[in-house]
Amino acid sequence: MASETRAETVEDPIQMALFDARIDRGESIEPKDWMPAKYRKQLTRMMSQHAHSEVVGMLPEGNWISRAPSLRRKMSLIAKVQDEGGHGLYIYCGTETLGVDRAELMDQYLYGTAKYSSIFNYPTLSWADMGVIGWLVDGAAIVNQTMLAHASYGPYARAMVRICKEENFHKRQGYELCATLAKGTPAQKAMVQESLNRWWWPSLMMFGPPDKASPNSGDLLRWKVKQKGNDELRQRFVNLTVPQAEAIGLTLPDPDLKKNSETGDWEIGKIDWDEFNAVLAGNGPCNRERIEARRKAHEEGAWVRDAAAAFAAKRAPAAGHAA
Amino acid sequence: MSQALFEYLLRLGDDRLVLGHRNAEWCGHGPILEEDIAISNLALDLTGEAQLFLELAGKVEGLGRDADQLAYWRDETQFRNLQLLELPKGDFAFTMVRQFLFSAWSHFLLEGLIQSKQEDLKGIAAKAQKENRYHLRHASEWVVRLGDGTEESHRRAQAALDQAWPWTGEFFLADDVDRVVAAEGLGVDPSGLRPPWEALVTDVIRRATLTVPSPPMRMVGGRKGRHTEYLGHMLAEMQVVARSHPGAKW
Repeated sequence: MASETRAETVEDPIQMALFDARIDRGESIEPKDWMPAKYRKQLTRMMSQHAHSEVVGMLPEGNWISRAPSLRRKMSLIAKVQDEGGHGLYIYCGTETLGVDRAELMDQYLYGTAKYSSIFNYPTLSWADMGVIGWLVDGAAIVNQTMLAHASYGPYARAMVRICKEENFHKRQGYELCATLAKGTPAQKAMVQESLNRWWWPSLMMFGPPDKASPNSGDLLRWKVKQKGNDELRQRFVNLTVPQAEAIGLTLPDPDLKKNSETGDWEIGKIDWDEFNAVLAGNGPCNRERIEARRKAHEEGAWVRDAAAAFAAKRAPAAGHAA
Repeated sequence: MSQALFEYLLRLGDDRLVLGHRNAEWCGHGPILEEDIAISNLALDLTGEAQLFLELAGKVEGLGRDADQLAYWRDETQFRNLQLLELPKGDFAFTMVRQFLFSAWSHFLLEGLIQSKQEDLKGIAAKAQKENRYHLRHASEWVVRLGDGTEESHRRAQAALDQAWPWTGEFFLADDVDRVVAAEGLGVDPSGLRPPWEALVTDVIRRATLTVPSPPMRMVGGRKGRHTEYLGHMLAEMQVVARSHPGAKW
């Protein structure tokens, strides 16, 4: 806390003014440009959280690869989980441009306090979850990330452009899976409705707390890292999703959901922020399992990483001689 | 004839289906993100090849079964894969050593299959050959890296090799199915693949500073539907959703 305060107070006012002017003009900030320490810190926090989320996000869907009911679905699911790993890698590389390395970031989330998206602390309990996650969770991520593709920090914005393309594909695939189940046997239809009932509210929570209660939004909005508030993005997602559910004959588990004829918005009932806070505090259904699975992979992989490093060190001079 | 070719195609498909499944178990649990992605790639390629071989098997059989019906609705005694491929994934060394031994064998097998007189089989083999080249290179590099890395990685790589080796005898067992398809110019008799395979793997093992094991070969019977106890569990998991919903489309 002390270092944060100090970092804020020592910024050169001229540099700061120039930086603010660049932001106001909508210029892209690049790794070698001057930036205030707090901007760097907020971006590092946000980007690394995003990277961690992609990697932890491999687990709930990875849970169903071995049970995918057709070879085509199995391949799509492996490819999707693999894409998430790729996104994680890509965003970690982007975060490294801010002067912090991946090992340090990994350490912060495996053994420290760094966060990842709470949605991945919910369990995947049926095959239909593989469709609903693609449709809702990737769908919500797209709404967020389309906005982030205009973020002021160049490497992050460019990563988002690329990632959004893949997420769009995942979303379409997920929705198509749901549609297939919805017009399938009665058991399949029940499976997808049950899954939608479980994921609807958590997916709405993905946009974060209401703006008035969002601790980090102010700076992020001012510096155009974020361009829209949580509530506006959530509303956009609801407006997109309600007709999609209707189109495939599924219902959303919200008795208060209704269309406001003046604004055209679908208005939702009350979100249970106590649940959100509980999951955030580490007491969600799978928080412990998720982080333990990642720690296990990391720790059991240590000897492999050591071997690769030792081998590279041994061969590096030899390669020089050979050449 | 078509019965032998059907059996032969099941073997090609089941090998890849089962190994692809085992490799996919690493997805999200790899030792490093780059490798997580790479193993998923192996799994994807192998599953894709399995689908093509099984689809063709169904076509040759002529009873209207497609790849999914063959993958999800046969019991373990009807599976025709090599036993090595159904063993649990083990540690990273075992996964890579197994992939290496299989890809090396597959390399020579596919080289023969791209000469097949069966046009569909020839086409699938050509696609698989391209993918297998990458698999072989990737797995060989890891075997060398682990063998010549640290003391621990060397010990683990040697242990993996010692564990996998006795199962490789099954790669080269030929029966009437193999002989019939080979005689017709459709498939490859695997008994001829041992010398080039041994030369290739011995070279990599030597570069990895590992020792070629010399234990007796195990009794095996994957090609006849006799498996280890592991396969039944693997299939129970793999098939549970599909079998819970007979007739459903996914």
